[in-house]
Amino acid sequence: MSEVVTPEKVRIRITVNDTAHDLLVEPRTLLADLLRGELELTGTHVGCEQGVCGACTVLVDGAATRSCLVFAAQLDGATVRTVESLAGADGTLHPIQQAFHENHGLQCGFCTPGMLMGACELLERTTAPEPDDVREALGGNLCRCTGYQNIVKSVCAAGAALATERNGQA
Amino acid sequence: MKPAAFAYLAPRDLDEALDQLAEHGADARVLAGGQSLVRLMNARLASPAVVVDINRVAGLDALERHNGTLRLGATVRQRTSELSPDVAAHAPLLAEAGAHVAHAPVRSRGTVVGSVAFADPSAELPTALLALDGRVVVRSRSGERTVEADDFFTGPFTTSLAPGEMVVAVEVPVTTAGTGTAFVEVARRHGDLPVCGVAATVTRGDDGRVGATRIALCGAGERPVRARAAEDALTGSDGGTDAVAEAAARASEGLSPIADCHGSADFRRHLARVLTGRALRTAIDRAAGEANDV
Repeated sequence: MSEVVTPEKVRIRITVNDTAHDLLVEPRTLLADLLRGELELTGTHVGCEQGVCGACTVLVDGAATRSCLVFAAQLDGATVRTVESLAGADGTLHPIQQAFHENHGLQCGFCTPGMLMGACELLERTTAPEPDDVREALGGNLCRCTGYQNIVKSVCAAGAALATERNGQA
Repeated sequence: MKPAAFAYLAPRDLDEALDQLAEHGADARVLAGGQSLVRLMNARLASPAVVVDINRVAGLDALERHNGTLRLGATVRQRTSELSPDVAAHAPLLAEAGAHVAHAPVRSRGTVVGSVAFADPSAELPTALLALDGRVVVRSRSGERTVEADDFFTGPFTTSLAPGEMVVAVEVPVTTAGTGTAFVEVARRHGDLPVCGVAATVTRGDDGRVGATRIALCGAGERPVRARAAEDALTGSDGGTDAVAEAAARASEGLSPIADCHGSADFRRHLARVLTGRALRTAIDRAAGEANDV
């Protein structure tokens, strides 16, 4: 439950990448700025700050969400995953990141964190998306290098890798 | 840019929210999905002193059907509506129009009611509500009133909502057998607001001719507008190719579309005619039970 502690700040308890935080936030703090400023998770990129570019996409309670269009104050009790949650502690790339690496799915890399988190949500639903499913899921993520073909290829390849991994464990 | 400072209130029930709105009046804005409001606040096009976050208000997320009416509460997400079997079965126009709104990550937070209350004259959902002869349920501390969609939208981003009031739900009559609906639009890119869009509902009369018809357009004026001349032209006709062409030709009558970088007023009149023809053709076929894709 959110409680207003002072007229200015709001107390939130929020879990980010499996770490629980108990924070006092200014109401106007956007989730993107909480992540980047307060929590120093600068992997989440801020592009347009108006929900158009998709670079700041993170998962909030599992749903791909524009972190520039949500106030941190709204997220008491929420679970957030950012791009920092993907790679292993030893730097081992997540299968989605590995697929982007192998398929030349990034160029300048600015849009990549948003692409990866959008892909995460999609591949949670299905590990065998059609290219059109990928385009639908990531249609709101802009890549100014226009490397879309390889991004779609990367996500499909990541799905296949995840399916193999899951079958291997089963 | 970043939003200006504001006081954040998170009421737990509707009475608390209405008290807060009554207290702060025009200084307060209601925050639901935030996919329009937060964007405006980031750009400082809106700087409310108080934000009333209704996401934790119990009961507002209900999507329910009773007595021939489908009712969507103020925090029903666009994505929920779009994917709801109830909406698909009983108000397919709402689902079809909803799928055109922005992108999935925006729709998974954005609400149907929020889009209606925001009243963007180019937006799909207010237009669908108008074509469906929908109603807007408004509450304030002094009670509840129901506003016809026709009377709710008063101009660009403006509605008949008064300070202290909030929209708690939208309601649409259930679309019954014999009625076909369709939504078509032209947008510069997938997910953009349309340059022009048309929502149509067509009911087949007992005599096999076209009965009640409602056509609503977005991107064609200062608010979602009815194409009444086209409705009149189609109603009572046989719904054939000539009748549809005649109705479509009259779709731009009385329109005064805005002109901007996405299209001139003339282009929007042209789109109103072409898209009305397409929407009517599809709606008529669907009314006859033929499930045609647009």
